[in-house]
Amino acid sequence: MTTNFTVNGRAASTDAPSSTPLLWVIREGLKLTGTKFGCGTGLCGACTVHIDGKRAFSCQTQVSEVAGKSITTIEGLSADSSHPLQKAWLAERVPQCGYCQSGQIMSAADLLKQNPKPTREQIVAHMSTNLCRCGTYQRIVRAVERAAREG
Amino acid sequence: MNVPSFNRREFTTGLGALVVAFSLDPKLALAQERLPGSLQNNRKLDAWIRIGANGSATVFTGKVELGQGIVTALAQIAAEELELPLARIRMISGDTGQTPNEGQTAGSQSIENSGTALRMAAAEVRGMLIDLAAKRLALAADQLSVSDGIIAAPDGRKVGYGELVANLDLGREANAKTPPKPAASHKLVGKPIARFDIPAKVTGGAAYVQDLRFPGMLHGRVVRPPRYGSKLESLDDIAVKNMPGVVAVVRDGSFLGVVAAREEQAIKARAALRNAAKWAPGPELPDPARVFDVIRSLPSKDSTIAVKSGSPVTGARTFEALYTKPYMSHGSIGPSCALAEFKDGKMTVWTHSQGVFPLRAELAKTLNMPAAAIRCVHTEGAGCYGHNGADDVAADAALLARAVPGRPVRLQWMRDDEFGWEPYGPAMVMRAKAALGSDGKIADWEYEVWSNSHSTRPQSTSGTNVLPAWYLAEPQRMGPPTSPPQPAGGGDRNAIPLYEFPNQRVIHHFVQDMPIRVSALRTLGAYANVFALESFMDELASAAGADPVAFRLAHLTDPRARAVIETVARKAGWTGNQKGDGTRGRGIGFAKYKNLATYVAVVADVELDRTSGVVRVPRAWAAVDSGLIINPDGLANQIEGGIVQSVSWTLMEEVRFDKNGILARDWASYSVLTMSDAPKVEVELINRPNERPLGAGEASQGPTVAAVVNAFANATGKRIRDLPLKPERVRAAFG
Repeated sequence: MTTNFTVNGRAASTDAPSSTPLLWVIREGLKLTGTKFGCGTGLCGACTVHIDGKRAFSCQTQVSEVAGKSITTIEGLSADSSHPLQKAWLAERVPQCGYCQSGQIMSAADLLKQNPKPTREQIVAHMSTNLCRCGTYQRIVRAVERAAREG
Repeated sequence: MNVPSFNRREFTTGLGALVVAFSLDPKLALAQERLPGSLQNNRKLDAWIRIGANGSATVFTGKVELGQGIVTALAQIAAEELELPLARIRMISGDTGQTPNEGQTAGSQSIENSGTALRMAAAEVRGMLIDLAAKRLALAADQLSVSDGIIAAPDGRKVGYGELVANLDLGREANAKTPPKPAASHKLVGKPIARFDIPAKVTGGAAYVQDLRFPGMLHGRVVRPPRYGSKLESLDDIAVKNMPGVVAVVRDGSFLGVVAAREEQAIKARAALRNAAKWAPGPELPDPARVFDVIRSLPSKDSTIAVKSGSPVTGARTFEALYTKPYMSHGSIGPSCALAEFKDGKMTVWTHSQGVFPLRAELAKTLNMPAAAIRCVHTEGAGCYGHNGADDVAADAALLARAVPGRPVRLQWMRDDEFGWEPYGPAMVMRAKAALGSDGKIADWEYEVWSNSHSTRPQSTSGTNVLPAWYLAEPQRMGPPTSPPQPAGGGDRNAIPLYEFPNQRVIHHFVQDMPIRVSALRTLGAYANVFALESFMDELASAAGADPVAFRLAHLTDPRARAVIETVARKAGWTGNQKGDGTRGRGIGFAKYKNLATYVAVVADVELDRTSGVVRVPRAWAAVDSGLIINPDGLANQIEGGIVQSVSWTLMEEVRFDKNGILARDWASYSVLTMSDAPKVEVELINRPNERPLGAGEASQGPTVAAVVNAFANATGKRIRDLPLKPERVRAAFG
């Protein structure tokens, strides 16, 4: 059975079984490895993507749920690292190991779409679904604030 | 060329005990002059640096990127001394086929060992290039200047490095006699140069071993038993072999794995294989309620690691306290992963191991292959914070790859593999006893620490030190664990206070039996020892009616130690004898990592809710002295990150288990700090450009736990001596 959807603006499809987590389809089927496997149980946020413009854990989303929908991954945020969040992330030198950062950026991108000028409290409340084990949390907050400011 | 004042001993004193041992052996001293840092064991210049005909340099290091920014920092050092722009430096790290063997990237020694080697080798290569140019230009070397890979004469003639390579012989041993550039002339070292690896990490560009994709690649998974020491009694795998995409089921004794065409097929097959396996469970784990008693009662090798006898103590008040720290997980955000390919009798493994050479030695034993037929290539993984599953998964991948020759096998540990089977930071018990004289100062100090080994890494024991090898049909065993001597130490790291007491005894009880698998977690014993001794310092200060900052300074003469304490106190607005208000308080912690490396003092503010028992750390300050700073932003990120990590460890982290096995399986069963609970951190770096650069990656965790528990005591008047400060423990403290 084939499931059709779009990824980063282009048509895509998969013949993976309908209960397959979207995460594997993205990483293996579509070879988009920017989205990360962190836990597979919806508890860390490393696998965050956008589905029809809203953030979702791709490890908790079955392929059957995205039929006809539009998915955005970290690769689709910009063609050339020019998204305000990506620019802010570089300016604030956020990452240490960096493994959680695709998920962090995608989570933040969802926030800024809904709320272009969030308060610090709103940023923290929104982003607490994304774990960082290296401890870059305050740099993440500064980067989101910078992106909101500089656009 | 200016000759700066240069003391070569500066670069070697960091080797501590090794230097002392070496200088006592006259035979070695005659045979081979000691070279600084990792040059000692990798002596040829071309092991480290090659210059191409295009005038660019390839720089090799045995140290690897863990997310700490080391590859960029080492490039800054090499480029600085080579007088080349960073764009003309290509770094190659951690490859048994190409780079020097620098053991593990661990213990915060990369700048000290690899950085020193590169600093001296690059200076020497620059000197050789200048000498070649001098001959060509018929001038004296000191008439020439060099910049951007071009050597210039006063009359305007120029020679580029590329023009000189034909005569440049780097195949000889280094002599480390060329002085490196003085700090005042640094253009790259000391600057917050942007890390090379970060751009791919914000765009989803392939950056990790987890993202390697090779043609013909297969997906592997392992099935681990219910607990340590279990034996696979029966396996009914016919159905699994017939599942979609399954290429092979691999069983070797109690080692069990599966290889499939697609990731989701491998995952499904793993679940089915689990159900198809019957195990005779291994020995029960200890009773968690008694684990600290167990640790203290197991046989131990006891050594007095510090002793000082001054004037006898009379009429003093004595105090005693017992502290504990639980097993802790590395909790890497990305579970461990490796790729392996077995082709034409050779095994290649792509791995995020911290030590590709030790890993290769372990794979040779596990696979019964010569090491020369194995190549381990480091590729970044998620932050490991020590010895996590990286080496084990590499061995798992190699075992599966051997079953499907010619096909690369990607083996991804699942989250429960990582939590259940990684080696944890050991549970530890610490006992402190002291006497306060009538002058309010410490007259006598006695400290004991009970701990397992903090390193069962590849090559750290005789025997085989990778997990799957222990479960093969012909099982291999780990050798007896070891503990490195002071000053670095293992469980006794930072057990010796930097404070000065007239009488002291420090004893390390090295417990060899390991009922739960343990190894190196960032800081080794330092987190627990600094927690205990800094808590005890505060308890004594309180008994003496002294302010915690003043009390510490009264026992400390090291000016750099005093400076970080005074700086952080000023930064945080520390007022003497500040009292907590029942729910909010402030505390301080200090340590010099290993008593050899970076100095850090931390002040933390704490707030708590007595009803729920929840403790929060809204704010923390740190002052840091790391000697010559290579990359100030990299340093600040490591210190901040270490503080956040330590707050997480201190408030919530412990590996739970029962007699049937490990209970930590996912982020729900192992609590960690989220962004909502992260402190706001301010860091002040004290740069000392004429001092040796000091390792900093593990320097802030010990001072932070101390500051947090001391702040809690300041807030509440109650002293908690068992970590973590989890809500049920805090509630119990209020009865």
